[in-house]
Order: sequence, then C-alpha cells, then structure tokens
Amino acid sequence: MRMIAKVGEWFDHRLQLAAPIREAAEHPVPRNTASWFYVFGSAALTVFILQLVTGILLALIYVPSAGEAWSSLQALNHQVALGWFIRAMHGWGSNFMVAIVLIHMVQVFLFGAHKFPRELTWVIGVFLLLMTLGMAFSGQVLRFDQDAYWGLGIGASIASRVPIAGPAIVKLMLGGPIIAGATLSRFFALHVFVIPGMLIAFVGLHVLMVLKLGINEWPMPGRVVKRATYERDYHALTKQDGAPFVPYAVWKDLFFAGFIILAVAACALYFGPFGPTGQPDPTIIQTAPKPDYFFLWLYALLSLLPPSMETPFLLIVPPIAILALILLPFLSGEGEKSWKRRPIAVLTVLLIAITLGTFTRMAQFAPWSPHMNAWSGDPLPDRFIHGTSALERQGALVFQVKQCRNCHAVGNTGGQRGPSLDSVALRLTQDQLIRQVIQGGGNMPAYGNNLSPAETTALVAFLESLHPAGQAPARDASREVVLGDSDHKEAVAQR
Amino acid sequence: MSSKPVMPSSTDTTVSRRGFFMKLGILFNGFAAMVVAVPVVGFLFSSVTRGRASGYLSWVPLGSIDKFPEGETRLATFQNPYVMPTDGKTVDTACWVRRIAGDKFQVFAINCAHLGCPVRWFQQSGLFMCPCHGGAYYRDGSRASGPPERGLFEYPYEVKNGVLTIQAGELPTPGAAMASLCTEKPPCA
Repeated sequence: MRMIAKVGEWFDHRLQLAAPIREAAEHPVPRNTASWFYVFGSAALTVFILQLVTGILLALIYVPSAGEAWSSLQALNHQVALGWFIRAMHGWGSNFMVAIVLIHMVQVFLFGAHKFPRELTWVIGVFLLLMTLGMAFSGQVLRFDQDAYWGLGIGASIASRVPIAGPAIVKLMLGGPIIAGATLSRFFALHVFVIPGMLIAFVGLHVLMVLKLGINEWPMPGRVVKRATYERDYHALTKQDGAPFVPYAVWKDLFFAGFIILAVAACALYFGPFGPTGQPDPTIIQTAPKPDYFFLWLYALLSLLPPSMETPFLLIVPPIAILALILLPFLSGEGEKSWKRRPIAVLTVLLIAITLGTFTRMAQFAPWSPHMNAWSGDPLPDRFIHGTSALERQGALVFQVKQCRNCHAVGNTGGQRGPSLDSVALRLTQDQLIRQVIQGGGNMPAYGNNLSPAETTALVAFLESLHPAGQAPARDASREVVLGDSDHKEAVAQR
Repeated sequence: MSSKPVMPSSTDTTVSRRGFFMKLGILFNGFAAMVVAVPVVGFLFSSVTRGRASGYLSWVPLGSIDKFPEGETRLATFQNPYVMPTDGKTVDTACWVRRIAGDKFQVFAINCAHLGCPVRWFQQSGLFMCPCHGGAYYRDGSRASGPPERGLFEYPYEVKNGVLTIQAGELPTPGAAMASLCTEKPPCA
C-alpha cells in the first residue's frame, strides 16, 4: 500500500490534480438535492460515455463507404463475435440517450433550474440536445440501409425547400448531386469527429458550470429567485444545510448510472441490433422507409399537415422553437421555481409531451400510407360477398383489382388512407358513389379515366351492398319522384 | 526575479517594441489563415460550386425504345453520370418510363415530389402511389391526391437511333435544377 501511495504522490507532485478534484467532489450541495429526481444529468453523461466506447468499438469493423458499409454491418451482425451485441448496445444507447436528455430537460425546467444564475448552463444544454438529435440522425445514416438511403432523400427534400439557398444546401449536405459515397463519408465525419468533439467540449462546460454555480436547490413554493439576493441565499443554504456531494448525494447517481447501463445491455440482449434493413440500392423500390423512433413524430406531422402549410411550417417552426428554448431563461430568469406555482410551465410540458407522444403513436400505424399489397394480399371477408349478385361480385373484383383496397379498409383489413367502406352504402347514395369514384375529390384520385362504364356500374353495385344487415342504404328521395326507379333500391334494402 | 519588469501604463500611447511585434505576429497569422482558408472553403463547398448551372446533368441512355411497349409504364434503371469510386450501388438510379405512342415518352423520377420516397406504379388503377405519406399521381405524372404540391418530376428525353436517352444526374428535389427542366418545355410531355 505504501508503494501505491508513493507512486500516487509522485504523480500528484507533477500533475497537482488531487486537491482540485477533491474540492470538486466534496463541494457542499443542499441536502434536499440528494434526490432521485437529480440523477438524469449524470445518467445522460453515463450513456454518452457508453456511446463513445461502443462507437469506437464499432469503428474497428465498420467501413464508411457506400459500397461496403452495409456488408460491414452484416459482418458485425453475423461474422464478428459479439459484434451484434455492440451494435445493439450502440443502437439502444442512442434511444436511451435521447430519452434521458429529454427527461433531464423536463426535470430541469419543472424545477426552475434554468433561472438565474444558470441561464448559460441551460443554453448549453439546448445545444447539447440539438447535438444529441444530430447524432441520432447521422447515426441512422451510418446504418447505411434502405431506411438510411431514403431518409437522406427526405432530409434533402426538406432542405431543398429553403428559399434561394435550398439547392446549394442539398449539394453541401449530400457532398454531390445524389446520395452516394461522398454523402456517407461526410455523415461519418459528422457523426464520429465533428459532433462528438463539440459534445465533449460542451458537456465539459455544462458540468463545469454545475460545479461552479452549484446544483439547483430543491424548489420551495414561495421561495422566489431574485438576481440581487439569489447567490447570497444559495451560499447560506449550502452552509447551513449542505452536505458534501461525495458521498452524500453521489450514491444515487452511481446506482442510477449502473441501472441505466444494465437496462441498455438488457434491451440490447433481448431485442438485438437495429437492422440493417435492405441494401441501399436505389433500384429496389419495394420499400416503405420509416425514421427511427425519435423522428417518428416528424414523419406523422409531415403526413398530416395541409400541403400548403408544410414548407412554411418546416422552415419557420424549428428556428422559432430553438430560439424560444434559448431565450427561455432570459425571459423567465427570476420568480417562482416550484412547479407547484407554475401551472403554465406544467401545462406546456404536458401539451408538448402529449402532442409528441400522439404523433409518435400514430406514426407507428401510419394510417396515411397506402397498404401497397392490400389489393393483392388482403382477402375479402365472406360476409361481404355472401349472397351477392353476379354484378356485385364483379364489382368486388374491380374493387380489388383497381387497388381501391390499398387505401380503403373492408372488414378491418386494407389501407386506412381513405375511410373504411364497411358501411359506405349508408353514407352515400348511388349517384354520390358514382360521382366520387369517377371524379375523386376529398383526397381521393379520380378514377374516371381508368374505369370502363361496365366496371363503374359493377363497382358501385358492390359498394351499394356494403351496409350492415337491417340498415337501409342511403337513398335519394327526389330521384324516385323524378325517375320512379325505386325497384333496385328497395331490392337492396330488403336484403 | 526581484525587480518587476516595467509595464507601460494603460494611458501610455507609445508602442513598445515587443507589443508591436506581437501585433505584427497576430496580423501575420491572420494573413496565413486567409491564405489557407481559400482552398479550405473551396474544398468544403466543391460539391456546390460544381453543381452550379446544372453542371452535374448529362445525357444517359435508358436502352432501346423496344423495351418499352406503347401505352405502358415500365421501370428503367440507369447509372448516374457522376460517379465516385466509393459509390457502390448508390449510383444506380430507377425511373418510370411511360411510352405514350411512337417516339412520344414521359420519363418520371422515382422520387415522390413530396419528400422523395420511391413511388410505385399500379398498372390496373393507372396510379403512382407513394408508400411514405400517401401521395398519388395519375399516369401522366400529374398530382392525384395526398401531400405533394406538384406532379412527379420529369426527365427531359430524346430518342436517337431507336435509343431512349434522358438528361439526368441530380437527385430530384423541389429545388433542384432538374425539377424545373420539364415544367415549361414541351419535349417532356
């Protein structure tokens, strides 16, 4: 033991780091901050270090070349011992990192920790969030598969909508005119050198400021932040009711960090690595690309926004949102910290969380996407053709063959782009059905050029048979008066 | 180290020899930085400067027109004219070729005009459908429904000695040079 102490002394005589490290470790923190609510920052740091380590391990095998990246991922999955596990750890680590950074941000906001004098800590935190999302997107690109390829195309399409500079931004982003080798190489440089370098520097600053300014005290309703008195009060608090960070508070951080690492490992072990999906071959078009889970809300938003609002929304809202986050501590730098006295803050967080959660959930079903194989793959349930006339059966065939099923569900299978047609006959009269089929409208293409009169007649006859037993289909009363042809309708209604 | 060096006071307007050299040194480094910055910026933006005035576009063959039956729409592939050694499969590009009649064609980009996902042709309903956000187009490429704000992108084409060639080389995005190539000119439609 004396030998180790001597070696330690030898090094410290030269490095002189022991004293400042001890001072930082034992700095007094308010006792009530030794809480399970205060562990998310250190957990984010833990996952970041985990990402650095697993990322370096992956770089031992991964080849950042458009021609070979995909096969090097296959080698990692299947050829290199435990390569699949390291890939899975890195993939799940990224999911955990985005989630923990967001939770950390919400906790900081609800506990008023962004207020004076910690404004800059918050602003740097906002940059850290953006860099984390940048890592998530660029990481998805490095998994150079079909989703990555078409995801880049989506990114390029969004970027190209920027007025004037759009085309230049696209070429800068892709490193050329198309998504190709140069694109992957520059995303590799971003993901492996540029963003991690900035992340390390900013994380260092972020942690340094937490040490210098002290951890945010537990917010008490009524204890109001004032610029003139806050720092004096805080120092008084740490003196009267303080405890050394190590070991008083750090043990909870340590336990949570260990728990998170094990959770990432457990997910990696149970669920395995993400992809890669199909080869990044642009001539394979039988693909329905979807982003990773942290961008699913955006995928949903881009489907649900009215077309005319999309470009303004994409170009205006993100800068405003980022600016609002940066300005937040300057606009509300003083006042109440406790979430119990900040109803608007709580409601804002809830609104954003519910909105993002709902969009994410919807994106998992993607009801706006046609089911490309429904017309040839989904059978028509018996009850819809049982006891039907020859004409109606012919219409059922037209319905399948003309891909109506890709957008319209019948008997709960098929696309959900358009309304389900299980009881369409209750909603639309014969004339309305014909008009809708031929002219389209309300987001439905017009089929007038693609259906012969005979096909239209058969299709509409089939659609008119789609109504629950015992409920009469919609009918146009005036038509009977004018044309007197109520026979057909009544026959249908009686059935 | 008993005597402190004499420091000029802040009101002193005279410039010391060392102070002057320090400023000169900073200036010199600024000059060096500028000299290096020119090639660095030039390299960084090379993909943009080259692409100006449709510098990436050129004519590529899609094969004999006999491959494309009249009145039908078929998938064709071509190699992007601008190739780098590490591109692998990514230079292979797909497009939809509609032969209207004789030498009259329409060549559509595979990329949806909304966000670039690959659209698929459905012969029976005469529609192109996009798997991402549900954009749909008629057989002539015009917008049928969904989020796209315009019809499919079209490549300008030529038929020479029975071979169909198109002008291509750029990812079709709403802002790309090729996006406007076919909007006014008649040879595309």
